[in-house]
Amino acid sequence: MSFKKILTTAALLAATITTPAMAGDSIRIATEGAYAPFNMVTAEGELAGFDVDIAKALCAEMKVECKIVAQDWDGIIPGLKARKYDAIIASLSVTEERSRVVAFTDHYYSNSLGLVSAKAGDFDPKALEGKTIGAQRATIAGQYLEDNLGDKVSVKLYDTQDNAYLDLSSGRLDAILSDKLPAYNWLESEEGQAFEFRGDKIDIDDKIAIAVRKKDSELKESFNAALKAILENGTYEKINAKYFPFSIY
Amino acid sequence: MSWEWDVIIEHFPRLLQGAWLTLELVLLSGFAGLMLAIPLALMRVSHRPWLKAIPFGYIFFFRGTPLLIQIFLVYYGASQFEIIKNSALWPILREPYWCAIITFAMHTAAYIAEILRGAIQSIPKGEIEAARALGMSYPLMLRRIILPRAFGIMMPAYGNEVILMLKGSALASTITLLDLTGMARTIIARTYTPLEVFLAAGVIYLIISALIIFLFRYLEKRFNRHQHWPNEKPKDLDPQH
Amino acid sequence: MELQGFGHLLLSGAWITIQLAICSLFVGLLFGILGASAKLSSSKIAQAIGNGYTLFVRGMPELLLVLTIYFGSSAVLMAIASIFGYDEYIELSPFIAGVIALSIAFGAYATEVFRGAIQEIPKGQREAAMALGMTRFQTFRRITLPQVWRIALPGLGNLFLVLLKDTALVSVIGLNELMRQTSVAVGNTKEPFTFYFAAAMVYLFMTSISMAGLYFLERYANRGYHGARA
Repeated sequence: MSFKKILTTAALLAATITTPAMAGDSIRIATEGAYAPFNMVTAEGELAGFDVDIAKALCAEMKVECKIVAQDWDGIIPGLKARKYDAIIASLSVTEERSRVVAFTDHYYSNSLGLVSAKAGDFDPKALEGKTIGAQRATIAGQYLEDNLGDKVSVKLYDTQDNAYLDLSSGRLDAILSDKLPAYNWLESEEGQAFEFRGDKIDIDDKIAIAVRKKDSELKESFNAALKAILENGTYEKINAKYFPFSIY
Repeated sequence: MSWEWDVIIEHFPRLLQGAWLTLELVLLSGFAGLMLAIPLALMRVSHRPWLKAIPFGYIFFFRGTPLLIQIFLVYYGASQFEIIKNSALWPILREPYWCAIITFAMHTAAYIAEILRGAIQSIPKGEIEAARALGMSYPLMLRRIILPRAFGIMMPAYGNEVILMLKGSALASTITLLDLTGMARTIIARTYTPLEVFLAAGVIYLIISALIIFLFRYLEKRFNRHQHWPNEKPKDLDPQH
Repeated sequence: MELQGFGHLLLSGAWITIQLAICSLFVGLLFGILGASAKLSSSKIAQAIGNGYTLFVRGMPELLLVLTIYFGSSAVLMAIASIFGYDEYIELSPFIAGVIALSIAFGAYATEVFRGAIQEIPKGQREAAMALGMTRFQTFRRITLPQVWRIALPGLGNLFLVLLKDTALVSVIGLNELMRQTSVAVGNTKEPFTFYFAAAMVYLFMTSISMAGLYFLERYANRGYHGARA
């Protein structure tokens, strides 16, 4: 290839890739894809899980076309702010800090925190001093750990929940502080058999809702209306039953 | 777009804390990498084909795969095997700090070995022949002639490699370490001000690399001081003294 | 490749990795040529821009660059656009953010390679071309550039290998390239060593192919330089 050709190609590429894409009429919804059973990527590369099912049900109810995209957790709120997508349905907890940046709809499920540790170990949730406890970076559990136990335990923050589980299995962590529901799912799985919840659940009044940009109040209202509809017509219950034998609303 | 200076100011001490860990990782792995590179390079310049093959495979693997894969292989990969988890190595391998240092050292050693090999091969043949003529044994020749000369020749290239390692050390943040990048990411998870915090971290990286450049300029002068003889006559050689 | 049904996921990731590397190579070469021109220009401002570019980028971790471009670019782009009264949203997909970050990094090193190569061409050749009545641009295109290509090739080749490996960093912003797909497979199977090692082999294969390609490119570029034939 001659140099001239390379130059022309490079110039063309530069011209095409920097053209900004515009928002269409459809709604783009972000989820993470590493938070089973709420959102995960299957072997086929498809997004699936409770969040994804709820998102699809809401879109069907609202009669709009939705595109669900995977987004790394650290960047999920910056991405919404930057208008990469219009809503986040990714088991995002309503917090004061987040409420300053984004608007939340009514909640679509509730969560509490729990400590997960090995069945065989002697981990005592009453004596945490000097233990190593993991959580996912930029989550409620991570912040709870830093704020309430940061001076007592050694805190390890992971990019994904999966990586935290890997380290709990490998014995690097004494325990994981995690949202109770996804942990429940993991404990049911094959890899989670050797682990269990320890101590009481930590009730943090954690409500999970859909996040939209602050000025998109119209979108927020239509999500709320659709949410109410699927709660009433039994769709929500069906999705719930697919993942948990008890109501998580 | 608003620029939030107070976020930078408020979190600057934590960034510096992260920078300290970054420095530790780079210095320790840079030194360990050099130690590991010496036998690799010596095997590379050997005349025996089977001895040459070992470092070739090692260098090929570490230079041909991403550092991110290597660090995940050591950190998460090692824990897949019960045999490792039950061995004496586990207390070390369970610490992300040591996993990072081990990976970085093995990675940088592959590059340093190639630099060192080039340096050894560029030592004038006459110097080695002279040493041999004086009856020096191989270890003595290595210690007195080959390695000191090679270090002098390779200093600038080694300095570059240390700076590349400084940049690579940002990957420590992917295995829970709160190095400069890890600290920046953790701060941003709360403040949602990526530009401010990443840019502040970037400036700190720049300052560290400037420090490394100065350190190596100094080292280069020291190792090559015999070449500056005619201009800077050492005091104790002055007969008047 | 079987790998418990995740083989094709890895392969699809590898394909994105290749696209990412090649796009970044072309854009990065452009940055490199621009950077070298700026550094060798007689304008003090252009020199300062060129020097600032290489200094800053070569001192900053690629991972930080990827994160900054991805999380920071939209805010910057939209601020610029709003000056011109354009208030719509501007999107940078992880792929495009990755291409920009990787080509900025590639370009900074390529700047030095091009600059060195341009300076290696004897001044007399340029003077001779000028004396033949060529314009400065013609001289650059017909005399300098074809030779720069040959001299710069080994350096650029090394940079491409670095680039190919740096594509793995784009996984942290969620692009489904080889590294990210591997992590997905690890999350599903809990067999980190097996999958990261498999991915390492795929990278090794890609770098080996690139090295072989470079060898032939270099031979081709040097075809006039092998001495007189009998």
